[in-house]
Amino acid sequence: MWKWLHPYAKPERAFALCTTLLPWFGVSALLILATGTIWGLAFAPADYQQGDSFRIIYLHVPSAILSMGTYSAMAIAAFIGLVWQIRTAHMAVAAIAPVGAVLTFIALFTGAAWGKPMWGTWWVWDARLTSELILLFLYLGVIALYQSFEDKEQGSKASGVMALVGVVNLPIIHYSVEWWNTLHQGATITKFAKPSIDSSMLWPLLLCILGLALLTGAMCLYRLQNELLRRESHRPWVRAMLLEEEQNAV
Amino acid sequence: MNPRRKQRLMAVGGIVVVVAGAISLMLYALGQNIDLFYTPSEIVQGKSGQKPQIGQRLRIGGMVVEGSVRRDPDSLAVSFDLVDTGPIVTVSYQGILPDLFREGQGIVATGHLVGETQIEAQEVLAKHDEEYMPPEVAEAMKGIKHVKPSESSYN
Repeated sequence: MWKWLHPYAKPERAFALCTTLLPWFGVSALLILATGTIWGLAFAPADYQQGDSFRIIYLHVPSAILSMGTYSAMAIAAFIGLVWQIRTAHMAVAAIAPVGAVLTFIALFTGAAWGKPMWGTWWVWDARLTSELILLFLYLGVIALYQSFEDKEQGSKASGVMALVGVVNLPIIHYSVEWWNTLHQGATITKFAKPSIDSSMLWPLLLCILGLALLTGAMCLYRLQNELLRRESHRPWVRAMLLEEEQNAV
Repeated sequence: MNPRRKQRLMAVGGIVVVVAGAISLMLYALGQNIDLFYTPSEIVQGKSGQKPQIGQRLRIGGMVVEGSVRRDPDSLAVSFDLVDTGPIVTVSYQGILPDLFREGQGIVATGHLVGETQIEAQEVLAKHDEEYMPPEVAEAMKGIKHVKPSESSYN
């Protein structure tokens, strides 16, 4: 059933796949993100309580959702890498982690900037904020573990285990607002009931989420290519490719 | 699946299950301590059998009762009632309230319990709900007129 996937475990095939996908992800991300952001920031109506301050939702919610989505993607890659011992999957973990860390940081930062005028405080140690901060530390831990080993194979294994263990945090982040009393409000769109946001504000938000997801994908692909080149630099296929490019340039 | 892969799968799965178990036990043990605040009924009736002591420093979260905000004309002192589903707790505070502080809105206050149902707050935070809508929709759905905080009724 999964036979068609196997060739992509080879670094050169994975590299070629990234090259094919990258322009599609990049261009669609740019278009959708631009549409969503302009629609959300300039044309969507202001909120009845928060006025224009609510517009941080178009940056905060997509980055928060994707900080968790990216983590799942990284954990799946780590799982595949550990169980099937596929080097390309380990490289994907290393490629994804910094992107996810930046998304988490954006979510925390925009939340704090919104919290000051709305709640009256930058930070409060409630369950949602704390678990999201732990997610940032998990990302940083994965990056640090990977970097701290001279032997990248060992570094991949250690960081992969850490990435997998951290998956426990994802449901905690999501359900923190239901399980405990928090200052952070409950889920607006990531629930099974009807979203509690007016449709005139919802559509640009969905576009922003999709756009940022594509942008995240594009950045991960780009980083994976770099990682592939870095770790395979002594392999014949990299040399052959470089030689070919050199000849094309001349 | 060959036996070595199976072995690795078991090892990885085992680690995740053990850690998940440990963390869920920890969260279970911490239980309500992770809650950011007491609700008014928890202050009056107690939370899991424990009533907060007078003089204890705590956080309270609840809805501001409509028409309960009383301001001192000469200072920043303000007091208001909080409610969730049952009893009412009165909060007094000296300072500037956040933008989203409205009657009927949720807030979280940090302070000391000075009487059975009396709290002296050092910090008042507004808690926002998860609903977003334009002012016209809010007016049609809930009859809420959009008022800027500076023009609202309790000033």
